[in-house]
Amino acid sequence: MTWNLKNGPLLGAALMLVVLLAAPHMFYPVFLMKVLCFALFACAFNLLLGYVGLLSFGHAAFFGSAGYITAHMVKALNFDPLAGILVGVMVSSLLGLVIGWLAIRRSGIYFAMITLGFAQVIFFLSLQLKFTGGEDGIQGVPRGMLFGLVDLTDTMSMYYFVLAIFLCGFWLIYRTINSPFGQVLKAIRENEPRARSLGYDTDRFKLMAFVISAALSGLAGGTKALVFQLASLTDVNWHMSGEVVLMTLLGGMGTIFGPAIGALLVVTLNNYLAGFGSWVTIIIGAIFVSCVLAFRRGIVGEILEKVRTWPTRHKT
Amino acid sequence: MAKKRLLTAFGTGLALLMAVSGASAAGLSDGVVKVGVMTDMSGAYSDLCGPGSVVAAQMAIDDFGGKVLGKKIELVSVDHQNKADIAANKAREWFDTEKVDVIADLPTSSAALAVMEVANQKNKITLISTGASTKITNDSCIATNVHWTYDTYALAVGTGKAVVANGGDTWFFITADYAFGHSLEGDTAAVVEANGGKVLGKVRAPFPNTDFSSFLLQAQASGAKIIGLANAGADTINSIKQAKEFGITQNQTLAGLLIFITDINSLGLDTAQGMMLTTGFYWDRNDETRAWSKRFRERHKNMPTMGQAGVYSSLMHYFAAVEKAGTDDSAAVMAAMKSMPINDMFAKNGYIRDDGRMVHDMYLVQVKKPSESKGPWDYYNVLRTIPGDEAYMSLDKSTCKLVKK
Amino acid sequence: MMIQIFGIPIQALLGQLLIGLINGSFYAILSLGLAIIFGLLNIINFTHGAQYMLGAFAAWMSLTYLGANYWVGLILAPLAVGAFGILMERFMLRRLYHLDHLYGLLLTFGLALILEGVFRQLYGVSGLSYTIPEIFQGGVNLKFMFLPYYRAWVIVASLSVCFATWYVIERTKLGAYLRAATEKPELLQAFGVNVPLMITLTFGYGVALAGFAGVLAAPIYQVTPVMGSNLIIVVFAVVVIGGMGSILGSIVTGIALGLIEGLTKVFYPEASGLVVFVIMALVLLLRPAGLFGREK
Repeated sequence: MTWNLKNGPLLGAALMLVVLLAAPHMFYPVFLMKVLCFALFACAFNLLLGYVGLLSFGHAAFFGSAGYITAHMVKALNFDPLAGILVGVMVSSLLGLVIGWLAIRRSGIYFAMITLGFAQVIFFLSLQLKFTGGEDGIQGVPRGMLFGLVDLTDTMSMYYFVLAIFLCGFWLIYRTINSPFGQVLKAIRENEPRARSLGYDTDRFKLMAFVISAALSGLAGGTKALVFQLASLTDVNWHMSGEVVLMTLLGGMGTIFGPAIGALLVVTLNNYLAGFGSWVTIIIGAIFVSCVLAFRRGIVGEILEKVRTWPTRHKT
Repeated sequence: MAKKRLLTAFGTGLALLMAVSGASAAGLSDGVVKVGVMTDMSGAYSDLCGPGSVVAAQMAIDDFGGKVLGKKIELVSVDHQNKADIAANKAREWFDTEKVDVIADLPTSSAALAVMEVANQKNKITLISTGASTKITNDSCIATNVHWTYDTYALAVGTGKAVVANGGDTWFFITADYAFGHSLEGDTAAVVEANGGKVLGKVRAPFPNTDFSSFLLQAQASGAKIIGLANAGADTINSIKQAKEFGITQNQTLAGLLIFITDINSLGLDTAQGMMLTTGFYWDRNDETRAWSKRFRERHKNMPTMGQAGVYSSLMHYFAAVEKAGTDDSAAVMAAMKSMPINDMFAKNGYIRDDGRMVHDMYLVQVKKPSESKGPWDYYNVLRTIPGDEAYMSLDKSTCKLVKK
Repeated sequence: MMIQIFGIPIQALLGQLLIGLINGSFYAILSLGLAIIFGLLNIINFTHGAQYMLGAFAAWMSLTYLGANYWVGLILAPLAVGAFGILMERFMLRRLYHLDHLYGLLLTFGLALILEGVFRQLYGVSGLSYTIPEIFQGGVNLKFMFLPYYRAWVIVASLSVCFATWYVIERTKLGAYLRAATEKPELLQAFGVNVPLMITLTFGYGVALAGFAGVLAAPIYQVTPVMGSNLIIVVFAVVVIGGMGSILGSIVTGIALGLIEGLTKVFYPEASGLVVFVIMALVLLLRPAGLFGREK
């Protein structure tokens, strides 16, 4: 078998699987789980930004609200952890349907502003509603027994549970992108009027992509709430919306693995620099600026571009 | 070749990961007592705890001789950015990978509660100094926590009672619209009414908020003698400034329910004068507090707040307890801490209850007029010492599951 | 007998409306700057909040380090902030014009983070005080409320700057060029107008407006590194409601929303942080282009 770009994702996936299975034996598992949650969040976001070309500046709304719902279901109503997450996903998809329906009527910057506005509404609701516990958030969420069998308080079981969720979500995104549906999305990204003239109801496609993206963001958010046993305002704040944009941009928007790599880097950075106070903000800002000015394809995007142009550059 | 490049992408990520976890694995040690100061290093509360709390912790270690039971005492600190998830995450990491034995300070109730949750699971000790919520020693109480410096109940009792006794019997509350604000307002209103005062009204201001003029006008229209500020930090500072701007302080008196000496410092005496507040520590109270505070100020630019003094006091007591117990086992150390009275520059005959409350005297103070102040940081007149048992909620009202009734 | 509306004395209502007007004038001047920039560059300037903060800090610094009084600060700070904007446009934003406008949004977002972080590092968060200038100390009793002179000055200053800007853009030849550059920059360039320079200066002016608002705000609020970051989201909503890029729309909507917010604070204060976004949702449902915007 000769090497070509088509094998890239396959090989990448295999490699990723091996690394992820072995990782908790080498690294701190809670940190890895955080990375996985954010990686899924970034990949879900990338589905919208990278493949439909819609920049949402309010994705924290889905991530955070699913976290609250999951935490509430599991803690107050004694739901099974997976059932709790699924309810969270349902709520975030529903939110995605409403917000998406309003937002996709506009594109570009208008779209970004509208999603930002709605995310603020969700933020205020999270601050005010009774069950969210205001600025305390929902704390001490039990991880519980998965299907009444697997004890998730055990860190390793929890890790593999999170990994399974991540892989499902990731696989779903991969399938979406590589389906006929995904092809239409890319067509919309490249030239919306043209896609419309070909008879596609582009608004419906955009809305579906938005809902899928919101649902998967919710999946990530709900899972994160279980990992940290906590749902808090941080996850619905607009800074979180900015952070996921950064992860995607840094890793490479419109690439399959890029956002996950971006998430790994940003989470690592946040962890490592946590002791340095406002330097985190400065450095994250600087990465943003340099990404936009210097390498817009992101890390994975730049690498892929090098690979793609390599044969031509080395022809004699 | 191309395969290699793809691998590099993963390699880079892995290398970074290793760098991080490698750094934490290096702290793995047994022959050490490790203190973690978790605080707000850069956010809204960084002036009243933050780097100053780390200085206070270091002073405690130095004053104890740097060693306990012949083992070295180490100090680590982290900025939890007032976010509960970062705090919980970091605490877990400290306990799991760095063998931290005790976490001190913990401003922002939500973050403090999140860390307590983790400490409970891992059976480690928390010494909360700057965190304020009464939840800490009630619904969310755990066996391995001590709430050292103050709580919203003590503030409410101290300020509320004294103000009513001084004739301020009608109140209007401007409340930050979130759990902390509500609890501060509720506690104070109860105290005001129990002492014969009346609450004429309240307004819930969104949080965070910069413009309080609208709420201040409502407070003015209510005709209440006292405007209770059930908020904190920048919200409090802004409401006090704007109250002066709108001339409200001419006929009505402000009662700030949670104010630190650093807030007074940044407001200036001209704006803050006459205000009554409750505090757990004031540097200029006696020779002992002055001597300690002077040493603190030599290492840190400001005079200590009650939170920072509390960090010092709580750690000194913790080290003494470790020495007495002869081990750093959490249960044994907690037992030792509860068996010894606390007598230092911070507290006289302080003691720790079953719910984790450290009971000590609080002080009702009034902010001096600019003309009364003899120099920088000379801000308060101590009006009254509130005995600990009066300041803190009595055990029979406690909802803590550890309290036997 | 006191006249009442929905149980609220009309006196109190008037007071709240006046306060709404004060806040509205801040919204108006900030959203005006955003609208000008958006109209010409098609960029949503996420740094606007940080530049507002810069304005306040510049005023504070000129007072503290140079001993310059309020009036000097009022001129100096917007100039400095505007100059910063010009540099930003010249060396960063300009490289992005050939790309999707979203990159402009992302760049300015990153810059906003850097600015906020740097000032937090330098000055901490609890904030610095800027005393109200001597001449505006005190206030006047309007029977229904006590109006501090400084707040009155804020209304006068910001509304006159808003009106002047509107007049220049809609009624003068310079404004005509500007509007032409918004519609057909190539054509205007062909007529010999230096369009890139015009863009640079316009951006500088829009940013200077943010700086001006910052100076106005300095004596009322604490001067803090985060003072702009929460405000700016509300102002974004104002711009969306008014119709992005609409000059008149941004001014009118800014003031109107200030008033509405003021009323909410009386009738249902808990919702006052939310009301702007609810109105935004309603407007978008009925008029996706905003109240004064045109469908593109």
